[in-house]
Amino acid sequence: MSQLVQRADVGEFRKRFGWLTLVALLSFLVLAARLFQLQLLHADDYRAIARENIVRKITLATTRGIIRDRNGKVLAASRPAYNVYAAPAKVTVVDPVTKKPRMAPIWSKVVDYAEVGEGEAKRLEERLLGLREAGGTREKQQILLKEDLSRDVVATLETHARELPGIEVIPVSVRYYPFKSIGSHVLGYMREVDSDMLAKVRRAGYVEGDRIGASGIERAWESYLRGTRGWEKVLVDARGVRRKNREDLVDEPRRADAIPGRDLRLTIDADVQQAMEQAMRGELAGGAVLIDIKTGGILGIVSKPAYDPNELSGGAGKGVVREAFRRLFNDPLKPAVDKTVAGVYPPGSTFKPFTALAALEKGLVDPRHQIVCRGFLRFGRRIFRCTHSHGATDLHKAIAESCNVYFYNLVSESGVTMDMIAEMGMRYGFGQKTGLGINAEASGRMPTRAWMTLRNRGQFQIGFTVNAAIGQGATTVSVLQLGLAYTALANGGTLYQPQIVHAVETSDGAVVQEFAPRVRRRTKLDPAFHKLVHSALVGGVNEAGGTSYRARIAGVDMAGKTGSAQVSHRRSSEADLEKTWYFNRDHAWFAGYSPTDKPEVVVVVLVEHGGAGGKHASPIAFEIVRAYQELRDKAKQPAGGTAKATP
Amino acid sequence: MIDRDGMSGRARDHIDWPLFIVAALIAVLGVVNLYSATSVYFGTTRSGLSEIYINQVYWVLIGGTAGALVAAVDYRHIERFGYVIYTAGVFSLIVVFILGRDTRGAARWINIGSFGFQPSEFMKLCLVIALAKYLHDDPRNEPRTLRDLAIPAVLAAVPALLVARQPDLGTAVVMMLIFLSILAITRIRRASVLGGVTFIAVAITVASQYVLPYQLARIKAFLNPETDIAGTGFHAFHARVAIGGGGLLGQGYMKGMENQFHFLPDQFSDFPFPVFAEEWGFVGSMVLLSLYAFLVIWSIRIASLARDRFGAVTAVGCGAMLFWHALFNLGMASGVLPVVGITLPLFSYGGSSVTTVLLAIALLMNVSMRRYSGFSRLGR
Repeated sequence: MSQLVQRADVGEFRKRFGWLTLVALLSFLVLAARLFQLQLLHADDYRAIARENIVRKITLATTRGIIRDRNGKVLAASRPAYNVYAAPAKVTVVDPVTKKPRMAPIWSKVVDYAEVGEGEAKRLEERLLGLREAGGTREKQQILLKEDLSRDVVATLETHARELPGIEVIPVSVRYYPFKSIGSHVLGYMREVDSDMLAKVRRAGYVEGDRIGASGIERAWESYLRGTRGWEKVLVDARGVRRKNREDLVDEPRRADAIPGRDLRLTIDADVQQAMEQAMRGELAGGAVLIDIKTGGILGIVSKPAYDPNELSGGAGKGVVREAFRRLFNDPLKPAVDKTVAGVYPPGSTFKPFTALAALEKGLVDPRHQIVCRGFLRFGRRIFRCTHSHGATDLHKAIAESCNVYFYNLVSESGVTMDMIAEMGMRYGFGQKTGLGINAEASGRMPTRAWMTLRNRGQFQIGFTVNAAIGQGATTVSVLQLGLAYTALANGGTLYQPQIVHAVETSDGAVVQEFAPRVRRRTKLDPAFHKLVHSALVGGVNEAGGTSYRARIAGVDMAGKTGSAQVSHRRSSEADLEKTWYFNRDHAWFAGYSPTDKPEVVVVVLVEHGGAGGKHASPIAFEIVRAYQELRDKAKQPAGGTAKATP
Repeated sequence: MIDRDGMSGRARDHIDWPLFIVAALIAVLGVVNLYSATSVYFGTTRSGLSEIYINQVYWVLIGGTAGALVAAVDYRHIERFGYVIYTAGVFSLIVVFILGRDTRGAARWINIGSFGFQPSEFMKLCLVIALAKYLHDDPRNEPRTLRDLAIPAVLAAVPALLVARQPDLGTAVVMMLIFLSILAITRIRRASVLGGVTFIAVAITVASQYVLPYQLARIKAFLNPETDIAGTGFHAFHARVAIGGGGLLGQGYMKGMENQFHFLPDQFSDFPFPVFAEEWGFVGSMVLLSLYAFLVIWSIRIASLARDRFGAVTAVGCGAMLFWHALFNLGMASGVLPVVGITLPLFSYGGSSVTTVLLAIALLMNVSMRRYSGFSRLGR
C-alpha cells in the first residue's frame, strides 16, 4: 500500500520534467549562440587582439660613431655603462590603512646595494611616492635610480637579483672622451634630448632619453655619427617575459638591423693638440690654432678655458651634469664659448702685413722709402702713439719691429684708404665666416668707409682709417680667420676652407668619403709683395729689433708677427680691482708660420688679456711649433709614427 | 552483503552506460585540458602548478572509487541517513568558521594533513539529499503553500548563509539555485509562487547591500566590459579573447596564444574553458557543450524514471548542480554572465570539486540503476 502511494507521488513531479528539459536545452543553446558569435563571427578580431598583446616591436640600439685623430687615436667613443631602473609600483607599497604609499622594504636594499647617496635617495623617494600616488601608467614607468654603476655595484645587484624583483639593471652606452678636456670645444659633448628639443627632432627618430650632440663635431656631424636604430618584433607574455618558443606567431617582416654610426677621421693630431694645450697651460683664457699650410687642415685647435665633455655628456650621473653646466655658464672667462671661431678680437699689429699689402698693390708706397718715427704722430688734435721711437723706418722694419707711425703715415701721406684696407682684408678672409661648420661662428668685422660712416651718424674721420691700418678700431677677427689669412700669406695666396673632418669611415675602417682640401679663393697678389712681407715676418722673429726676437727658441725656424690688441676699457665700477685690472689688459697675439723657407704650418696664439704679444703670445707659439717638429720627426722614424698610432 | 534482498545482480545489469561514458569522457577531456592549461607554468616560479594535473588524475580515481561505492549501496540507505549527512555537512561548515578563519582572507578550507578539503562543495550534495528526504517524506496531492516550503527553505538557507559568510558567494548562489530547481518540480500554489518570487527579489536587493567591494567591482566590470581591461575586467576580457581566438577549429592543443602567454589567470580553476575553446575551436566547444547538456538532460530523464520521490529529487538536484555549474562557468567565460568563482565540472582543478561532481554522478547512477528494483517493480 505504502509502496503504491509513493509510486503515485512521483506523479507530482512528472509534469515538470519536460519543462526542465526545455529550460536546460534553451540555456545551452544560448551559450552555443554566444560561442558561435565569438568563435565564428569575430574570430579574426579576437585573434588580432591576442597577437597585438604579445607581439612587441623593440628597438635595437645602434652604436655612435667613433671620432679619431689623423693617426687613428680615439678622441671620442662610446663605452658600455649600466644604469639601474625601477618602477614606482615595485619599490613602494600602499598602506592598507591610510591608503598612502610608502617605500617598500626592498627599497632600503636597493639604496644599499646600488650605493645611492643619502640625499639622492631622499629625492628619489619623493619622486617615486608622488608617481605611486598618481597611479595608472605613471606608477609603472621605469625611473632611473642611478647612472653608470661601477662593476662592483653591478655584480652586487646581480647577486641579489632574487631579492630585488622589478629592479632592472640596463646596459646603456655612454660617450667617452679619453683625452678629457683636450680638444673639448672642437669635439663637443652630448646631452639628453629634452622635451623642447624632442618636439623638433622626433621626426628624425629621436625618443625620450636619447642623447644628441650638443656642440662641436658631435653636433655638426650628428647625422653621420648617430647611426640608425633597428627594430625587432618579439613575443612578450603577460608577465613581460620574452618568449622565444613561438616565433611562428610573429608576422613578417620580423627585424631590421641597426646600422652603426659612421666613424670620423679628423685632421687633428691628438699629440699636437695635447702639446698645444700644454703650451697654453699658463694662461687663463685664449685660443690657438695650428694649420697645415698645404691643405688648410687643422692640426690642433685650442680654446681656453676648456671643460671636460665627459662630465657634461652624462654617464657620471645627473648631479655631475648639473654641476658641470653650472660651472660652464657662470665662469666669467666663458668656457662655453669656442674662442677660436666664436670669439672675435681686434687683431692689432698682426693685421699690419695686410695693410702693407694694400699699399703695395696700389703702388702707393716704395718699400725702401723710410720715414722717421718719433714715437707718436700728431693728427689734427689727436695723438696716435707708437710703441717706442723707431727712428728711420722702412716697410721691412715697420712690420718686423711693429712701428705704428709708419702705418699712420701710409694713411696720412701715402693715401691708403679704409676701403683699400678692407678690400685686402676681405681677400684674405676677414669679415667672413671661415666655413669650418663646427661651432657657431662669428664673422668678425672688416669695416669699410661706408660702414664706419653709417655707424658714426654720417661723420667719417680719417682717424678711423689710421686705427684700421694697425688692426685697431672696429676691426675684429677670430683666431681661425687670422690663421687662415696667414696660411694664404705663407703659401703664396691660397685661402683654404678650413678642414677638421678628414674622412668618414665605416665602423670597420673602410673610407666612405674623404674630403679633399677646398680652396676658397686665391688672393692673386704679385709674388714680389708676398716676398716683401715674408722677409719682414722673418725679420720680426730673427732680427735683433724684431718683436718676437727674444721669444725665439733654438731650432725653431719661424716667421711671424705679434700683436697687442687694445680692449675697449671697462668701467672700473667693478668692486673687484684685480678683476678690473685683468679685463683691461690688452689681448696678446702671435701669428706666424714655420719653417721660413718651405712653410709647413701656421700657428696663431691669442692670450686674452695677456698683455704684450711678443712677451706673452710668442713664447707659446714657439713651444707649439717645437712640439710639432718633434712629433713630426718622431713620426718619420720607422720605429714610431703612424704605425703605432692605432692603439 | 550490501543488498540484502539479492538485488545486487540486477542492479549491476542496469548500469547506466551513457551516463558513465559521458562522465568519463568529460573527466578525460578535463585532465587533458588541465595539462595544457598549466603547462605554461613549467619552468616559472610557479612551476609546481605544471604538475597539478597528476593530482587531478588522483582525484578522479579517488572520486571514481568513492562514486563506485556510493553507487553500489542502494540509495534507500542514503535516504535513511539523509538528515545525518546534512547535519554533518553543516557541522563541517561551522568547523571551517572556527578553524579556517585566517587563510587568505576567505575561509573555505579544512586542512587535514597536507591537503585541504572544501566542505562547501560537499554541502551541495548534502543539501540535495536532505531536500530529497524531506520531499520524499512529505508527499502531497494538493499544491503546496509557502508554509509547506518553510522547512526546505531553512534547510537550504542555513548552509547557503554559512557559505556566503566565508565569503564564497558563488557556491551560496548555486545552493539556492539547486533549492529552486528542486522546487520547480513540485506543485506549488500560484499565489505562493508569486509571494516566493517577491520574497527572493527583496532578499537579493537587501543582500546586494552586503556584497563585498571586489564582488561589486566584478559585476560592474561585467556590465561595462571594455572600461577596465587592465584591472577588474582583465579576467573576463582575456577569457573572451581566448575563446574568440579559437575560431572554428582552434589553434591546436598546447598552442593557445592567450594561455601560452599567460593572459588567462586562473586557467586551472575558474577559466579552464577558454583554454579548451582556444585550442579546440567552435567544434570542440560544441562537443563539450553537448556533453554537459547530455549530462543535465540525462539526469532529468533519470529523475523521471526514478522508482520513488527520493530518487527523483536526488536526480534533479544532482542534475541541477551540474547544470548551474556548467551554465555559470561557461557563461562567465564567454561574457554573458558576471565573473563569479564557480567551477566547471571535471574541468576545474580541485579535489573537493572533482570528488563532489563524481559523487553526484554516482548518485545519478545509483538512482538510474535501481529504477526497476525494489518497490518500483510493484508499482508496475
